[in-house]
Amino acid sequence: MSELVIEGLRAAVEGQEILTGVDLVVRSGEVHAVMGPNGSGKSTLSHVLAGRPGYEVLGGSVRLDGLELLTLPAWQRAEAGLFLAMQYPTEVPGVALRDLLRASVRASDEADEIESRMRIEAGRIGFDERFLERPLNVDLSGGEKKRNETLQMGVLRPKFAILDELDSGLDVDALRMVSRRVEEATVEDDLGVLAITHYSQLFEQLRPDVVHVFAAGRIQESGGAELATELESTGYERWVESATPAAATRPDDPFADPLA
Amino acid sequence: MTDFSPDAARALPGPSWLVDRRVAAATAWAATPIPDAAAEEWRYSPIGELDLDRYAPPTGLGDAPMPRLDIEPAAMVRTVNGRLVAVDVDDELIAAGVHVGRLVDHPDGADLFGAVASEAGDYFTALSDGFAPDPILVSVPRGVEVDRPIVVTHHAAGDGAAAFPRLVVRVEENAGVEVLDHHTSDEDAEILVCPVVELELAPAGRLGYLNVQELGDQTWQIGSQLARVGRDATLTAATAAFGGSYARTRADTRLVGQGAHGDLLALYFGDRRQNLDFRTYQDHVAPDTTSNLLYKGVVSGHSRSIYTGLIRVRPGARGTNAFQTNRNLKLGDAAWAESVPNLEIENNDVRCSHASTVGPVDEDQRFYLESRGVPSADAERLIVAGFLAEVIESMPVAAAGHKIRSAIATKLARQAVAV
Repeated sequence: MSELVIEGLRAAVEGQEILTGVDLVVRSGEVHAVMGPNGSGKSTLSHVLAGRPGYEVLGGSVRLDGLELLTLPAWQRAEAGLFLAMQYPTEVPGVALRDLLRASVRASDEADEIESRMRIEAGRIGFDERFLERPLNVDLSGGEKKRNETLQMGVLRPKFAILDELDSGLDVDALRMVSRRVEEATVEDDLGVLAITHYSQLFEQLRPDVVHVFAAGRIQESGGAELATELESTGYERWVESATPAAATRPDDPFADPLA
Repeated sequence: MTDFSPDAARALPGPSWLVDRRVAAATAWAATPIPDAAAEEWRYSPIGELDLDRYAPPTGLGDAPMPRLDIEPAAMVRTVNGRLVAVDVDDELIAAGVHVGRLVDHPDGADLFGAVASEAGDYFTALSDGFAPDPILVSVPRGVEVDRPIVVTHHAAGDGAAAFPRLVVRVEENAGVEVLDHHTSDEDAEILVCPVVELELAPAGRLGYLNVQELGDQTWQIGSQLARVGRDATLTAATAAFGGSYARTRADTRLVGQGAHGDLLALYFGDRRQNLDFRTYQDHVAPDTTSNLLYKGVVSGHSRSIYTGLIRVRPGARGTNAFQTNRNLKLGDAAWAESVPNLEIENNDVRCSHASTVGPVDEDQRFYLESRGVPSADAERLIVAGFLAEVIESMPVAAAGHKIRSAIATKLARQAVAV
């Protein structure tokens, strides 16, 4: 049993505070949905957790089984068991998926397994094997990129996966396969999931244990799976207004992440 | 300067036509002032530091181990200090009339020598005209397709040596061949190498030419690759440059026949205090000619690279398509790269573009790899190798790809130690 504990996490971009105090505990096998409007800081949360450069942590802690992640470089957080499925996966010309995964696992006994694991994972999510030869994300459609992210998660078997809008860019069939794969990982590998999204469609296959409403840089309310459905029909207006009374009068979205 | 005197040129071996031309070249050269960095074409170069008195054409051949290339060539030639020391040609090639060996042994030798270079002569090609001791010729007769690469290896040896390797590749009508031209020199010896390569493509000829430069770290190279491409002929000319203290390559491609095409590629990787200098010239003379240039380089440590390219479209070259791209990765603040693209267009019915970039490793790419658990240094190595991979994949003599990748890996490993 592993535990990802986020306490009082505050972070800024270019001097502007985006995360205003995030508290969240995710345990192995659990699925936590983080739902919120555009510009609420959801993507910032995923980037700060993964250690993307350009963010200033103002306070709080993020511990994975007691290990403080905030002081570690991104690759050591990944090594500790954290995985980020990006909203906009970066194109890396000339670097094949295979090379990335080999460099990632490093331990030689695992490197030998990479090839077969890649093919198994590709089959499970309907990822065309010819894409395995391509440079990372280069000339992949939005949906193929998301399958690629899911495939990497399957091969690397992290303890916790942060899914940053994994559903965006996926058609219905792809969404079903990808979200089912993540659900299966929560059972097979005891994966803990933090799934960031606008929409509840992701949760038809991937069943959330807890749904959090995220607005104005922190969690405003938490509830069961039924909250996701409710949010789908009612929207986020209530939390946006209550959290930031000034927001409606400001022309610019104060919580927009300039790095997103 | 007596080492480069007309008398010294006269003393070199060869038939009388060659000796006469050497003496004439050496005489003309002696009256030419050495270029200095004030001239536009030597801008950013350390040409002012060149002291020719430190070098002399060597008399000996030195000890020169063959590089391991792991290629099964159809023919190979080896020169040391510009002199042929070994040649091996498959019987089928000889039967097909393919010539691989001394230029002077071919009946067209006197016509071929300097035929392309004379249109693009400069101080250093003139020096080569005077002192190249043993020009090599690869000639493929009309309609013959050579299905395995021809490998030419040059080595320069001995402290103070001035070496003048000289290669002419002539592809006759509708013939095809790939040539690997590999250059090495002694480590820890001050050497000057002035290679001159002439590539001549008759109508519908196909030539893939790959130059791999792995010179010693105290060698100066001032080289010229000069090509003339005939009607509907296709040239792919590529360079992979790794060695040398100051290594300059001038690559001129003249598209002189209608429908001629040139793919011009280079990758280079400078480290420590290396200085790599490339000048390219895409000269569109005939209508409907196309050229596509992609040069990608990496500089690390205190190394420098300079790329200067000119696309010229002559008044008669309507329907020209010409592209020029130079991209540079700068690893660290002490490295320096400059990119200077130029267009000179004298016809309206053309499509031309150029693009150049100089910058560090992309932060987002690095983060993407690191977020998968790849340590920072490994991530950088993967990104740099990937950046150059695009060029390798387009290069001719595919069998040399692993040699080039391993040269890149060696550079990257040295990079890690230096950090």
